[in-house]
Amino acid sequence: MISIFPSLLSGAVITLQLLVSSMFFGLIIGLIFAILRINKNPIINKFAYGYSYFFRGTPLLVQLYLIYYGLANIELLRNSFFWVIIKEPYWCAIIAFSLNTGAYTSEILRSAFQTIKKGYIEAAQSLGVTKKITFYRIQLPIAIKQSLPAYGNEIILMLKGTSLASVITIMDLMGEARKVNVLTFKPFEAFITAGIIYLFITFIIHNIIKYLEKKYGFQT
Amino acid sequence: MGLLSFGDTGWGDELFLATLMTIAVSIAAMAIGFIFALIFTPLKLSKNKSLNVIGNCYTTIIRGVPELLVIYLLFFGGTGAAMYVASIFGYDGYIEINAFITGALAIGIISGAYSTEVFRGAILSIDKGQFEASKVLGIKKNIQFYKIILPQMLRLSIPNLSNVWQITLKDTSLISVTGLVEIMRQSYIAAGSTRDPLFFYSVAAVLYLMLTFLSMKLINKLEIKYSKGY
Repeated sequence: MISIFPSLLSGAVITLQLLVSSMFFGLIIGLIFAILRINKNPIINKFAYGYSYFFRGTPLLVQLYLIYYGLANIELLRNSFFWVIIKEPYWCAIIAFSLNTGAYTSEILRSAFQTIKKGYIEAAQSLGVTKKITFYRIQLPIAIKQSLPAYGNEIILMLKGTSLASVITIMDLMGEARKVNVLTFKPFEAFITAGIIYLFITFIIHNIIKYLEKKYGFQT
Repeated sequence: MGLLSFGDTGWGDELFLATLMTIAVSIAAMAIGFIFALIFTPLKLSKNKSLNVIGNCYTTIIRGVPELLVIYLLFFGGTGAAMYVASIFGYDGYIEINAFITGALAIGIISGAYSTEVFRGAILSIDKGQFEASKVLGIKKNIQFYKIILPQMLRLSIPNLSNVWQITLKDTSLISVTGLVEIMRQSYIAAGSTRDPLFFYSVAAVLYLMLTFLSMKLINKLEIKYSKGY
């Protein structure tokens, strides 16, 4: 049990890297699409809805395979500069995870934007605050505060999602656990130890979000 | 579109059967999940501390570890465990557990954890007066549960159970790693033999979207039907 710990920990580092980078890109994508979703133009609106519908309606594994195996099929992409990125499983995983979590994040932020009381915006308008400043200084901070609990769940879901990276040859925590299982024929030790590490990471994320909620939480 | 024709030349019939397999695994997993939920919901709501801990451990652990981990544990560990149990009874041959059963059980355990939370929330949102009224009327505890609490609990949980169903449906794609031929595995095979992964994974995505869309419609109908009179 102790001998397999170092290799699992090195896998956990990869898992955390995947998590942090996909959450980072996912947040940017989610924010952009949330703003597109609350846009009044029906075409922009529908486009953003279609994006989130596709990524929330299909399994993450399909998305990962589409990007890892599927994109390599397109001749145009293979000859372009993007090939440098797409040929690496690591980057494919980050792209798939970011797009996936972006879809969920956009929904979380959208519902937060829509639940902001009209009175705040009207008050800002009557005080002569410009639309841009109303958005950045009033709507955005409130939306972020309100979506903290849901976003915390999303981070944990994504942590679990990163385990799929192991099926496209990335040696993350799950990949290392599989390797240990194959080498030692001890499935229980390998997977239960990995499970404990996953639970530990979940526990830490959960507590960080709880702390942030307490500190910045929005009380109405 | 020739690739999707039915018969020996296309993958249409294989993908159709694979879709049926996905639906079958999802329904089996959901049913197993219900059984787990009906066992663990009372534990989570129980006033007994130690029973409470068991219930909380189940939902916390299952919802905190990756789905893939549960599947691998059952798939690789299940065979060993079954052979060990069989060896106690004097059978030393090789036992292979059916991929469908392992898969449905693994996904069922996961969806059970979510269903438990849904049921717990539903029971907690039932008005306290209902419990008290039935007690005053002298209704026995188990009749109170079956005739009064259970029907209301099921009605209140339909919207959230529809989310659990969507999660379960999408999770079944993970069983493909154990070799069960459902949508994902069939697309993998087809993509490998035709060298057209983009096409077949797109087809898989469309099939999943169709399944989620159709089940959404169906559940909405159910919801309207069962909230009549409210």
